[in-house]
Amino acid sequence: MTPGASDGLVVDAEVRRGSFSLTVSLAAAAGQVLGLLGPNGAGKSTLLAAMAGLTPVSSGRITLAGQVMDDAAAGTFVEASQRPVGFVFQNYRLFPHLTVAENVAFSPRARGMGRQAARSAAGHWLNRLGLTDLAQRKPDQLSGGQAQRVALARALAGQPALLLLDEPLSALDAGTRLDVRAELKQHLAEFTGPCVLVTHDPLEALVLADQLVVLEAGRIVQRGTPEHVARQPATEYVAKLVGLNLYAGHANGSRIALKAGGGFVAASQELHGEVLVAVRPSAIVVSNQHPQQSSARNIWPARLTGLTLLADRVRLDLEGQPSALADITPAAVAELSLSPGSQVWLAVKATEVAVYPRAGGQPD
Amino acid sequence: MVTRIAPSHLTARARARRSAWSGAPRSVPPPLLVPALIAVAFLVLPLAGLLIRAPWRHLAATLSGTDATQALILSLWTATVTTGISLVIGVPLAWVLARTTFPGQRLLRALVTLPLVLPPVVGGVALLLAFSRVGLIGQYLDSWFGLTIPFTPLAVVLAQTFVAMPFLIITVEGALRSADQGFEEAAATLGAKRMTVFRRVTVPLIAPSLGAGAVLCWARALGEFGATITFAGSFPGQTETMPIAVYYALENDPDAAIALSLVLLLVSVVVLVSLRDRWLRGGSVQ
Repeated sequence: MTPGASDGLVVDAEVRRGSFSLTVSLAAAAGQVLGLLGPNGAGKSTLLAAMAGLTPVSSGRITLAGQVMDDAAAGTFVEASQRPVGFVFQNYRLFPHLTVAENVAFSPRARGMGRQAARSAAGHWLNRLGLTDLAQRKPDQLSGGQAQRVALARALAGQPALLLLDEPLSALDAGTRLDVRAELKQHLAEFTGPCVLVTHDPLEALVLADQLVVLEAGRIVQRGTPEHVARQPATEYVAKLVGLNLYAGHANGSRIALKAGGGFVAASQELHGEVLVAVRPSAIVVSNQHPQQSSARNIWPARLTGLTLLADRVRLDLEGQPSALADITPAAVAELSLSPGSQVWLAVKATEVAVYPRAGGQPD
Repeated sequence: MVTRIAPSHLTARARARRSAWSGAPRSVPPPLLVPALIAVAFLVLPLAGLLIRAPWRHLAATLSGTDATQALILSLWTATVTTGISLVIGVPLAWVLARTTFPGQRLLRALVTLPLVLPPVVGGVALLLAFSRVGLIGQYLDSWFGLTIPFTPLAVVLAQTFVAMPFLIITVEGALRSADQGFEEAAATLGAKRMTVFRRVTVPLIAPSLGAGAVLCWARALGEFGATITFAGSFPGQTETMPIAVYYALENDPDAAIALSLVLLLVSVVVLVSLRDRWLRGGSVQ
């Protein structure tokens, strides 16, 4: 497939589980962090399980560093215990009956090292992840961030050729998440093989991954660099996730008729045909009355259906033609005396309406 | 029409108590209280009677004067061997029942747990038919190895295993079913082969249940009567276990029977205490 894939991971396979089917074709080069982004039930964890050998593929194949791990047609399957894969599970799954040191020494030991050698290999990784002081603790005596590091050390101690991380930060509280994320980024940078990271947190994906693959309902709907995906989300899910209003529509010059009703005027776009329209929630101006004297070319009425307090602003859920998310300050909410059910006017400047041709996935 | 509301009196103490129990009244209505008290009396009074009637003053002499020591030693070692055998062959069976699927598995589980509800005497008869010198298995043991099992200490162990092992199997199977298999998956991704996973992860994780099942099995083996007396008989020093000794002592020497019963009662209390976390917490198990 891609050049350099011989020392990386190549997945071109389908996994069926009951009525659910996951069809994926992707590659991750050595040293690359591939982010798998998608809503719950999209098949992210199933894909990781297939890479780890916890579940076989139904058709297609998985190769790692040029070696076949799983090939449905040829009937080849490498058991999970034989794969050079390190897996950091969502809730870490640290063995509760073993100490931190024993947890980290588990893989070297299971892969055939003697007791003494395994202990010193574990010592190396404990030291590298700053866990030496915690070596004799049991997992239930660790904080979330510490447990996450132990899980990473345990996975790395097996000297894997592929590192898999399933929602590595989701078990942490918001406060520690920032620190751990920065730390994790550094450790991932030191890992020489390909790394696949599953998350449903777009920020996590944007920060940690070099390349993103967006999965929805068992299909890849978008792939690209984090910047590309954030700027041009291909589906409503991605748009919501990265905080964009995204609409499918039909463009005729600068005028766009939206599928869901309503329309936009965009600045100097010479696009025709099927397009996606993106509007940042912070670009929408909310007022109580029709803004009479305004430079905004897009003005429409809407009804407030919900308010969510984000870190420094309030996100309004607005129903209208079209419906939209708008971000305003808490002070503005008070000034406009907004509450669910309020009738408001929305305004967007044409220059804030980003339009791009639709390709690939269905934004439905 | 409005129903008249009749307020009741609630003292400060009653208020505190009720608020601690999420508001429901804590007094027991008489139709439930009386039968409950009868049940308590029925369960507790006989044991109290045993304690009251016990020949406390010459307890030691009574115990040493009979075959009690012999019977106690026989009971202790056979129950222990039974538990050992049950662990060695019962735990793998529990694993097979909990972790695999195959045709006829439900039937197998039913057969395996049948001894739980089967009258032990029937088990004894079945064992006798299987292992007697002309039995299904016994004829070969006899002709090939010259081995005769019925009415030997080995028969005691087999009878106890037949009756007690299912207790261990269902306890361990339940624990294996409810255990988080995520840990086993994690072990596999860390390079552990299946037996390593079993040894280093599965067994340690179910250790509390394994212990409880073993204690339960041991206690059941210790109290086994029906299958043992049918299959192994009651030869003092050979196959006369504690329960059988109690039964015969009651005819000639009631004081000895009481003393022996006290010993078994003591053992039972110890077992109960060792299982307290599991059983005495009330309501939910685990």
